[in-house]
Amino acid sequence: MTVSLLTLLLVPLLLPFAAPPLARRALDRLAPAPALWTLTSCALALAASCTIALGSLVLTGLLELPPFAALGELVHPLRTPPNLLLLPAAALATGALTFSACTLGRNALRQLGAFRDSRTQANGHPAAGDLCVVESPHPDAYALPGRPHRIIVTTAMLRSLDATEREALFAHERAHNNAGHHYFLALAELTAHCHPALRAVRTDIRFAAERAADEAAATAVGDRGITARAIARAALAGSAAPSTRPAFAPGATTGPVPRRVAALLVPGRSRPRAAVAVALAVGALLSTGVTTTAVLGVHHQVEVAQGDVRH
Amino acid sequence: MTDALDERRPAGELEAAVMAALWAADAPLTPGRVQEALASGLARTTVTTILSRLHEKGMTGRVRQGRGYAYFPAQDAPGLTARRMHTELDRDTDRETVLARFVAQLEPGDEELLRRLLETGDR
Repeated sequence: MTVSLLTLLLVPLLLPFAAPPLARRALDRLAPAPALWTLTSCALALAASCTIALGSLVLTGLLELPPFAALGELVHPLRTPPNLLLLPAAALATGALTFSACTLGRNALRQLGAFRDSRTQANGHPAAGDLCVVESPHPDAYALPGRPHRIIVTTAMLRSLDATEREALFAHERAHNNAGHHYFLALAELTAHCHPALRAVRTDIRFAAERAADEAAATAVGDRGITARAIARAALAGSAAPSTRPAFAPGATTGPVPRRVAALLVPGRSRPRAAVAVALAVGALLSTGVTTTAVLGVHHQVEVAQGDVRH
Repeated sequence: MTDALDERRPAGELEAAVMAALWAADAPLTPGRVQEALASGLARTTVTTILSRLHEKGMTGRVRQGRGYAYFPAQDAPGLTARRMHTELDRDTDRETVLARFVAQLEPGDEELLRRLLETGDR
């Protein structure tokens, strides 16, 4: 590995920092469903490149150590940047990868556990279609994917909405289940653990999924106003009841609920513009392209050091 | 709203809508009252059929009222299990990561903004 290869490997580590502002813009400029697809696939490409780049750094660092060089059957010393540069970089990469793997593993285990519990308990009950009603004073509703899909709604939520608003709510939850939004959310979670900048993108992916379900609900009930009212009423009912949940840190901008309501109520928003999607795609391609080049470069140099290929 | 709740929809969705109406009411409902509560184009006979199907499944209880029955949602074992599940999920503050939930916690200022948006929408 040369200094130029090391520089190349920095690109996939730095590119994700450009993603959050673009992602925010994509939410405004693209229809929700395309935005969801674009953001998720872009985040996935950035996360994969970043992980591979870190992995290459770790590998190169390891090959500097004699036991690993022997294991890798290196007959010549690997061409590397000065150790003063490479070894700290490799150590940092190892730390970052270990940290990501640990937090991701812990999070995945906990979520899978909770998910399995909820599935086994929701299964095998007679249900009215896909509806599962829970008696609770807190208005709440969510989609529980699986076979069959379920929608879980509390009695407090049912009572704070009228009949047409309830239909909008059900249509929203069914849209989540039918479009498989839980896969997008799980991928968003995965990518958020790969790079700190992708955490902000995770929030945007979640928002895009909600907006996509809102639009599907508006189409299903045939009325955007009713859908908007259902969301707003449900949120207001939830904030009136004392919540057991810790409040999120207050943000400087408006929260997601008013943005969703406004998007449904205020028609004639700017036409979808694909420029931001192109920018995101270019970023993702650049990241994967540079990473592939760097990995091929590293691979070539390892082969040279193994004596298989002449430099 | 057009009759979104028409009879071409899957039986499961109609059952869900009827069940939701029963849960939202604070007293047992006759098929006629359910029909009103649904605010839809469903025929009275369809509502009656759905209600008796739900009753056969043990999802509702019923009391005699006049010449027919009034129905109320059943507080049965599945309901209790579902509640336990809900409590379980409620403890996990991160659950929106896998479970897309309908509304998020409001941020300061959101409430005011929402009320304004609703007023705009009503006009």
